[in-house]
Amino acid sequence: MSKMARILVWTAVAVAGALALGAIAWHRGEAISAMWLVVAALCTYALGYRFYSKFIAAKVLTLDAMRATPAERLENGRDFIRTNKWVVFGHHFAAIAGPGPLVGPVLAAQFGYLPGTLWILVGAVFGGCVQDFVILLCSVRRDGKSLGQMARDEISKTAGIVAFVAVISIMVILLAVVALVVVNALKDSPWGTFTIGMTIPIALLMGIYLRYLRPGKVLEASILGFLFVLLAIFGGQWVSHTPSWAHVFTFTGPTLAILIIVYGFAASTVPVWLLLAPRDYLSTFVKLGTIAILVLGIIAIRPTLQMPALTRFVNGTGPVFSGSLFPFAFITIACGAISGFHSLISSGTTPKLIARETQTRMVGYGAMAAESLVGIMAIIAACTLQPGTYFAVNSGAGMVGQTPQAAVVQISDWGFPVTGEQMDSLANAVGEKTLFFRTGGAPAFALGMAKIFSDSLGGRAVMAIWYHFAIMFEALFILTVLDAGTRVGRFMLQDALGHIWKPLGRTSWYPSIIVTSALMVGSWGYFLWQGIRDPLGGINSLWPLFGICNQLLAAVALCVATTIIVRMGRAKYMWVTLVPLCWLVSVTYTASWHKMFDPNPLMGFLAHTKQIMAAPATADLGRKIFNDRLDFAVTGLLVLLVTVIVIESALQWISVISGRKQAVTREAPFVPTRFAAEEPA
Amino acid sequence: MKKIQLFFQLLLTTLREIFDENAYQRFLLRTSNSPSVESYSKFVHERDAAMAKRPRCC
Repeated sequence: MSKMARILVWTAVAVAGALALGAIAWHRGEAISAMWLVVAALCTYALGYRFYSKFIAAKVLTLDAMRATPAERLENGRDFIRTNKWVVFGHHFAAIAGPGPLVGPVLAAQFGYLPGTLWILVGAVFGGCVQDFVILLCSVRRDGKSLGQMARDEISKTAGIVAFVAVISIMVILLAVVALVVVNALKDSPWGTFTIGMTIPIALLMGIYLRYLRPGKVLEASILGFLFVLLAIFGGQWVSHTPSWAHVFTFTGPTLAILIIVYGFAASTVPVWLLLAPRDYLSTFVKLGTIAILVLGIIAIRPTLQMPALTRFVNGTGPVFSGSLFPFAFITIACGAISGFHSLISSGTTPKLIARETQTRMVGYGAMAAESLVGIMAIIAACTLQPGTYFAVNSGAGMVGQTPQAAVVQISDWGFPVTGEQMDSLANAVGEKTLFFRTGGAPAFALGMAKIFSDSLGGRAVMAIWYHFAIMFEALFILTVLDAGTRVGRFMLQDALGHIWKPLGRTSWYPSIIVTSALMVGSWGYFLWQGIRDPLGGINSLWPLFGICNQLLAAVALCVATTIIVRMGRAKYMWVTLVPLCWLVSVTYTASWHKMFDPNPLMGFLAHTKQIMAAPATADLGRKIFNDRLDFAVTGLLVLLVTVIVIESALQWISVISGRKQAVTREAPFVPTRFAAEEPA
Repeated sequence: MKKIQLFFQLLLTTLREIFDENAYQRFLLRTSNSPSVESYSKFVHERDAAMAKRPRCC
């Protein structure tokens, strides 16, 4: 393509993106088509990838296609393998895309579609994609080292310890919050519970099939597993329509929480081939397929957004979670915009597969842009619902009244009309007893997805099937995050405890497995239990805590990235990671301050303690006070730890920029690639 | 036509990589084994630690 043609094409992309963003931002009082969001997103990612990531690659990181990567230098056929860039892209995307970009945007839709959409686009292009790209490249240049190791080597030993504690904390809170999402989705739902319950024997069968019947035929086993899951969805419908069986599979929140805690412990202790690996394969298969179908479904039917651009809840009085637009929209949506957790994957398996340094741009920046698009799809799914329905589903009983009747009156009074009959009819259409107070984001997302799918295929008659397919899809990979996360946490604890007493560090020693699994499950189980018993729906306190943890981990990753850029002698470009770092620090510190000290008892932990102490004493008063103080302490500890790492990093930057310290990094020495003749990416 | 064929080849390779089928083939090559219950069991054993340490994002 000639230079002039390229200029014209990119000008057209820029104009289309600007028009779409303008339409999203300026339309008020009338419903708009979801396609505006899709066009705005695609144009923004295309421009960000073409220009901003290219600038970072050329000027900041100076990617070198002639430099051998660890996959080439250390190739061992196990962890270090030169792999096709598209294959690594798929691998990386499958690892970073989880329930976060679906649930967060659904919850943040309480502010309207505009804030979430803008944050996802801007956050991803200037924050999340940059973080994933830079950390991936840094790890590639350091033989595939982890984030914690890079923090220790490039900043200080303390920074390494802080990174470790931040990672463990985020895992505990993350696992608790995702478990809570599953519990809230399956509560009093025999159909959903049966379908999800059946994925356990299906995974066990897959494990046996893979190990004994057709060794290594994972794709084949995953297709079979998927067909069985589809059967389980139809079986669930039969169960829900058969009173004697429906009774067996109808559980309350606390019972489901106990079942999930027991499951998490079992998954962490049984051999990996039996349950963990097959479920992981099954969930990846379902995840990739469903995301593709969702994107195609939205583009095919081009739904209309029913939610206004901005709602009255930007002031912090929202019923889904408490907190004003700033800072809570920016911590509620993490994975679709910027997620610290991604830095663990960018410094985990992916850097060991990269064949050419120049491919880090496509894999790191590109895969995050693709995940961000999933976040946009989630916003669209939530905002295609009538706002009254959205709030009736997503609000806790403690926020809108204890009964459905009270909730309907309250939500309608806010200007989002909804009736009990409408909600009953919708519940009936999706095969549920009720859709009131189904907090957590998953049921609202499933409803939106079912609406989009049933509008494209089958109509209202099959809405129940689509709804339960969506619930199964979310719960399946949430449970995968839960069992893999518990196991990863167990390994990390074993690594750490091994320094205190060697046998505890042996990953195959059963007493150590039991103790560390129990510690991990007990930690997230405690927070889950706290969420289940919370009259405000649990998500109100746990999701912001999770967002704070995740964004603080992103702050750690950006500190590492900025330090490395400065040490590379590229201080004039440190703003590339420093600006998102400053934004994240200001957002998370403000959110933490609100969660700890805000005088509103719906938001501040201390104010909530004060409120319950002033009220008539109840049997569980002591536990409630302890929970608030625990949440207060966890938030405070994380802020303190990140403050330490920010200060340590800043001292490094000042030392290098002022010339007191030489600008050197701990990169592996340059070795020219043997594949120079191959066309670089 | 060739491009479509290439696309599907790449898609299949990606899926085989995500689902560890390629890793098993590499294991067989490295250890000069043929596919069997025993060799898959050895592969899974070797893969166990790496598999369990692989985080899945939220």
